[in-house]
Amino acid sequence: MGRERLFNAAMLLALLAVPLLAWGLQEPFIITLATKVAILALAGVGLNIALGLGGLVSLGHAAFFGIGGYAMGTLASHAQNYEPLFSWPFLFEGSNQMPLIWLTAVLASASGALVIGALSLRTSGVYFIMITLAFCQMLYYFAISWSAYGGEDGLSIWVRNEMPGLNTLDPIQFFAVAFGVLCLALWFSARLARSAFGLALSAARQSEERVETVGLAPFKLRLVAFVISGPITGLAGALFADLNRFVSPTMLSWHTSGEIMIFVILGGVGRLYGPLVGAAVYILLEHLLGGISEYWQIFLGLLLLGMVLFARGGLIGAPVGSGGGA
Amino acid sequence: MSLLTVRGLTASYGPSQALFGVDLAINEGEVLALMGRNGMGKSTTIKVICGMLAASDGVLEFAGSDLRRLKSHQIARLGIGLVPEGRRCFAPLTVEENLTAAARPGDWDFAKVAQLFPRLAERRTQKAASLSGGEQQMLAIGRALMTNPRLLILDEATEGLAPVVRQEIWAAIAQLKSQTGMSILVVDKTLKELAQIADHAVILNRGQSVWTGRMDALTPDLTDQYLGV
Repeated sequence: MGRERLFNAAMLLALLAVPLLAWGLQEPFIITLATKVAILALAGVGLNIALGLGGLVSLGHAAFFGIGGYAMGTLASHAQNYEPLFSWPFLFEGSNQMPLIWLTAVLASASGALVIGALSLRTSGVYFIMITLAFCQMLYYFAISWSAYGGEDGLSIWVRNEMPGLNTLDPIQFFAVAFGVLCLALWFSARLARSAFGLALSAARQSEERVETVGLAPFKLRLVAFVISGPITGLAGALFADLNRFVSPTMLSWHTSGEIMIFVILGGVGRLYGPLVGAAVYILLEHLLGGISEYWQIFLGLLLLGMVLFARGGLIGAPVGSGGGA
Repeated sequence: MSLLTVRGLTASYGPSQALFGVDLAINEGEVLALMGRNGMGKSTTIKVICGMLAASDGVLEFAGSDLRRLKSHQIARLGIGLVPEGRRCFAPLTVEENLTAAARPGDWDFAKVAQLFPRLAERRTQKAASLSGGEQQMLAIGRALMTNPRLLILDEATEGLAPVVRQEIWAAIAQLKSQTGMSILVVDKTLKELAQIADHAVILNRGQSVWTGRMDALTPDLTDQYLGV
């Protein structure tokens, strides 16, 4: 087993062990922190497919995170208020069932990714960054003006959504749900990176012309990657909204896009477990330094600066070396 | 009917015209040598055939399809495999990954490429960037073969390689010709090896075809006039 695989396994075990220990010590707050790490890492795993594999610097992934969040908020708010979401062609009163909410979040964010990707991927470099950012901000301002679902104040959900066979109000059980989804996403991401599609996508990142000469269309490769990437981040959005039982336009803001990107960069762009390490460090810093100063992000900025300048392999690169990748 | 037909082909890099009328034709199972001194339009002709540079005028057909209407990746999917000048492998990918990324359904797979170039099988898990020049060239040829082409285009496939490695590459090309009957368009400066492998030749001079004929009809006068330094 390579050093990176060992490190990855250790990280995953640590993420599992900390909440289990906290559960034994009756520390639900720690379990919630670990759940947050798992969910934010999931958002990063989505972005890592576009950024790490495809080289697509998207500053608009908060759009998918927010779409996932609002998918949960809309369905759950109608279910809790017993107000039909629509009555034609059949009566639908929303839902508080996680599988249905996830399916909606995935389909909605995949559709969003298809539209945003199809238009944004006609550009590259700084223009791609700006267009994805612009789409994200459009959705942000739309959410602010969407008074039916809380507008700028956001939307509170009184109870946590349900998962058949589990008590999701129990922090450890909700953590298990988030952890399970993260593991599935990591497995899928690893398979994708090793597949012919993943290799072709990686090749397209290096040279469009060379990829075209072997009969592959870089635009299509990138669009498919973007459409795969969006729903994973969207699913994270639905889980994040469920964790907080609250959804607001902040989930769609460019700050959120930046944070998701920070998870990926901190851990190591293209590293399979990069987003997990990045999200864990981010939450740890927020928790530890946030109590000392409200300007804790200055330290995060310094760390990020150090990573970008001196450790291109991210935090994973330091212990396992600069090779690796997804 | 020829597999590839190029007639009266002209092309420009911006305001600079590079091709002034290239004519060539390749039949199924034939090896055609495209020759000429440096800067006479050989690589430009290949770029136009592969859709990397737009033709200004002329006929460009492959298996009945008008290539001028197609994009580069669509041309490759029709069955034209290119081994570009300077090798250009996907450096961070391993040998196997380079081949897998390019794979298209057909006879050619990793095992068959490894049979043609056993060294690639030995270097299977090695990154392309760490291969020698000759091995990278073998990988570039293998990658083009993985697309299962009907026509293989080799642009300066032996340039800059050690004589021993060059012989290995030429032997592989000869094997391709004899065992698979694949059509091959080869651009190279080594007349001796070309004479052994090519059926026909086209000589380009200042962006124009100036001679077309059987390889064995190439006279010393012609080589002095158009290929000599």
